Amino acid sequence: MSSEALLTWVDVCSLDELMVDRGVCVLAQGVQVAVFRVSPNDDLYAVSNFDPIGKAFVLSRGIVGSRGDIPKVASPLYKQNFDLRTGACLDDETISIPTYAVRVAEGLVQVGVSTEMTPK
Amino acid sequence: MTVFPEQMTRRTLVVVGNGMVGHKLVETLLERGATAEWDIVTFCEETRMAYDRVGLSSFFSGTSAEELSLVEPGFYENAGLQIHIGDAVVAIDRAKQSVQSAKGKTVAYDALVIATGSYPFVPPVVGHDLPGCFVYRTIDDLEAIRDAADGASSGAVIGGGLLGLEAANALKTLGLETHVVEFAPRLMPVQVDDAGGAVLRRRIEELGVRIHTGMQTSEVLSGSEGRVKGLRFVEGDDLPIDVLVFSAGIRPRDELGLACGLTLGERGGIVVDENCRTSDASIFAIGECALFSGRIYGLVAPGYDMARVVADQILGGSTSFIGSDMSTKLKLMGVDVASFGDAFATTPGSESIVYADSTTSVYKRLVIDTAGQVLGGILVGDATSYQTLVQMMRGDMPTPEEPGSLLAPAGAGGAMSSVGVGALSDSAMICSCNNVTKGVICEAITAGNLTEVSEIKACTKAGTSCGGCVPLITDLLKDELRKTGVEISNALCEHFDYSRQELFDVIRVHRYASFSEVLAHHGRGTGCEICKPATASILASLGNGYILSADQASLQDTNDHFLANMQKDGTYSVVPRVPGGEITPDQLIAIGQVAKDFGLYTKITGGQRIDLFGARVDELPHIWKRLIDAGMESGHAYGKALRTVKSCVGLTWCRYGQQDSTTLAIDLELRYRGLRSPHKLKSAVSGCTRECAEAQSKDFGIIATERGWNLYVCGNGGIKPQHAVLLAEDLDTETLIRFIDRFLMFYIRTADRLERTATWFNNLEGGIDYLRLVVIDDALGLCDELEADMANHVATYECEWKATIADPERMKRFRSFVNSDEIDPSVVMVPERDQVRPATFDEKVNQLAPEAFGIPVVIKR
Repeated sequence: MSSEALLTWVDVCSLDELMVDRGVCVLAQGVQVAVFRVSPNDDLYAVSNFDPIGKAFVLSRGIVGSRGDIPKVASPLYKQNFDLRTGACLDDETISIPTYAVRVAEGLVQVGVSTEMTPK
Repeated sequence: MTVFPEQMTRRTLVVVGNGMVGHKLVETLLERGATAEWDIVTFCEETRMAYDRVGLSSFFSGTSAEELSLVEPGFYENAGLQIHIGDAVVAIDRAKQSVQSAKGKTVAYDALVIATGSYPFVPPVVGHDLPGCFVYRTIDDLEAIRDAADGASSGAVIGGGLLGLEAANALKTLGLETHVVEFAPRLMPVQVDDAGGAVLRRRIEELGVRIHTGMQTSEVLSGSEGRVKGLRFVEGDDLPIDVLVFSAGIRPRDELGLACGLTLGERGGIVVDENCRTSDASIFAIGECALFSGRIYGLVAPGYDMARVVADQILGGSTSFIGSDMSTKLKLMGVDVASFGDAFATTPGSESIVYADSTTSVYKRLVIDTAGQVLGGILVGDATSYQTLVQMMRGDMPTPEEPGSLLAPAGAGGAMSSVGVGALSDSAMICSCNNVTKGVICEAITAGNLTEVSEIKACTKAGTSCGGCVPLITDLLKDELRKTGVEISNALCEHFDYSRQELFDVIRVHRYASFSEVLAHHGRGTGCEICKPATASILASLGNGYILSADQASLQDTNDHFLANMQKDGTYSVVPRVPGGEITPDQLIAIGQVAKDFGLYTKITGGQRIDLFGARVDELPHIWKRLIDAGMESGHAYGKALRTVKSCVGLTWCRYGQQDSTTLAIDLELRYRGLRSPHKLKSAVSGCTRECAEAQSKDFGIIATERGWNLYVCGNGGIKPQHAVLLAEDLDTETLIRFIDRFLMFYIRTADRLERTATWFNNLEGGIDYLRLVVIDDALGLCDELEADMANHVATYECEWKATIADPERMKRFRSFVNSDEIDPSVVMVPERDQVRPATFDEKVNQLAPEAFGIPVVIKR
């Protein structure tokens, strides 16, 4: 069974409304997802908005950039960096955050989340 | 506790004198464990223990007597040490091996060290002892000069040597019209030649000091009250003055030696051999009272060498004193002067290479032998190559084939740019004050994994006396770290090879207005949380308008992006500006009402304002709308920018107030509000010397005097408290503001990222003298530009919150969720002391908001 079948696609906003190199937070099925539009290629990424180190929902408000070839976001709390593609914390290999599917459908940005939840 | 064999008898060493050299001896002995066998008794004639006489002049630029002290607190309480302060030895009984003190103490010795130093020579001209005549030797002397300068308008120094020019600088610092009278035809006749003396003279005259060379004083004239009123010369007209300082050389304090029959030199000085022993084998003499090989060494480094020799002798060693070269490098009134080795080319067959540039007032002379070996030299106006040349003279470094190239103007590199510290041998002396070689420093770096110059100073003491070798230590550190694979780079981050200062210049020169331009032309990758806010700050400092317009918005750290301070739970705090700490009852009520309506926690800050905590992103604009309506504006608590100018009530209310400190504080806060800088800026204005506003702990602080304002800069509270340094005194308000404008813009241009003014100052080569040259004397010719930059800031300032609320586009970002108006369920407050506090993570997950913290299953794309 493809994982696609489990996904619910949630509308974020129109692509035009997404500021380049800045994030927004989407409430998707009760889950806070941080969505980023990243220069120079206009790549879209979606990761959890929860910073597991600072223990607060803030990652959408971090500064995006690169480390080597890795697109990343730095937590605004204590500045740990997370790989936007994999969710791996670049400053502590024991930590990683969830990532989500993201797509543009007819000019509308959407994130895909599962309806299955596990409590923390 | 160490237990010694009972049969061991303890011996007593008496040290006469607690100057720099006497103290160094005791320090060395303690370090080497001498107190296991010896009781060391020191007599200190002055009421202050050893202090830094070399740095004496800094006393007038705000360094306190405590800061000049060389004695660590509690040092003389170490077991085996004893000191008698304010008590001088008056007689030595060589037969009984004992000394007698002025206060009647008798102490028997097994060994005695005379370290009584020297006294200033005062030529026996008529009137030399009038009130208003001083010498320049002790802190007491300086205090007396300072008191006499109060109310005086002009002063002169007799003697244009090294110390005389120091004294002249002091008089100038005290605000007197300053004259230097020198008998010889040039300044610093012992160290520099005629051409060098001429350049030095021109440089010093440019600073407003009047120089009279080839003048012999015949009489000190007295006025009606019996005080000094002028100088009469054998040649020329009288010179009217109010204060006179004699600095015409030193004479050894050898009277104790004379009285007990030790051999003295013809013109004074206690004769010592290569072990620093006098004609009595149990008595040593060191420092400026000792005569070695017909010579008195009037510098601290040879004195320290002697102290180490005697320490070794006392411990049974065999080190001997072989004489020291009189190499000197110093900054006199901001002018570099160095003289080393055979500066006057007296060696037969020696030749000189001379470099002179009259446009920049630089003079350099290098003396070499026929084989091209460096023998000595003179540097005036630019002494950056001093260390390199001295190392070559000592044979620690090879001399290049064309030694003339060593005199070319200093390049952009470090002190050793032309040759590299790698070429130095391990035995090369780096810090001659404290006898620290390259080998010792490199070993300390490797063994202790040191990465900071300050760590090397703490570990080896190198660079802690005169500080002249600090650039060399910095180069050594870089070189050493490079070798071990640690790349020391001042590059901001992986995206730019520039330091913040370089990036600032790049952006300014190219007039870039966006990060993407800067990155495209000078960087790589897509940037990060270091270079983006740094660039945003530079763009803002250079007056690029609203900090959240165009691509600047994506560069800002969350605090600047939401114009509020993020707290640990992701909510923000809000601080309206309260200029000078002055606030109306209506504004207080408005703040209180806003806090009540939004359920915010309120707290008074250290900067005399009110912080409102616990606002969600979506609440920020609503809160600000209310505050702006009540007449308030952004306090920039979120920015690396001016925070507050704290004040006391000053002249208006206070019985002791000298000036209107509150009005000045408000004016300054409004002038510099919103000014983006490498780090936050704090300021304060105190209405009198009681200093209730704590101005001396601020980046720039102002203290009122009877005559105007004293400006202090580069102080800090926080993690490493540091007192601010006095930049200028008794300024009128207009001049004060001009100096602050220049100071702030110079800091903004040249500081590193996140470098507070105190750290910036500590790294500033040339220290306060250099800063004065730039900010007051405009030595770099920058002041017009700096003032224009500040004028532009003042003219274009706008409240960022007003600008944000006025624009619906800008308001869009203030939403918790882009797709929902739901309130962020992860923000939860609990009551505490009649207000709220954020719930802890555990409280939220386990009791208050478990649903908000459900972590979803990860589904890979």
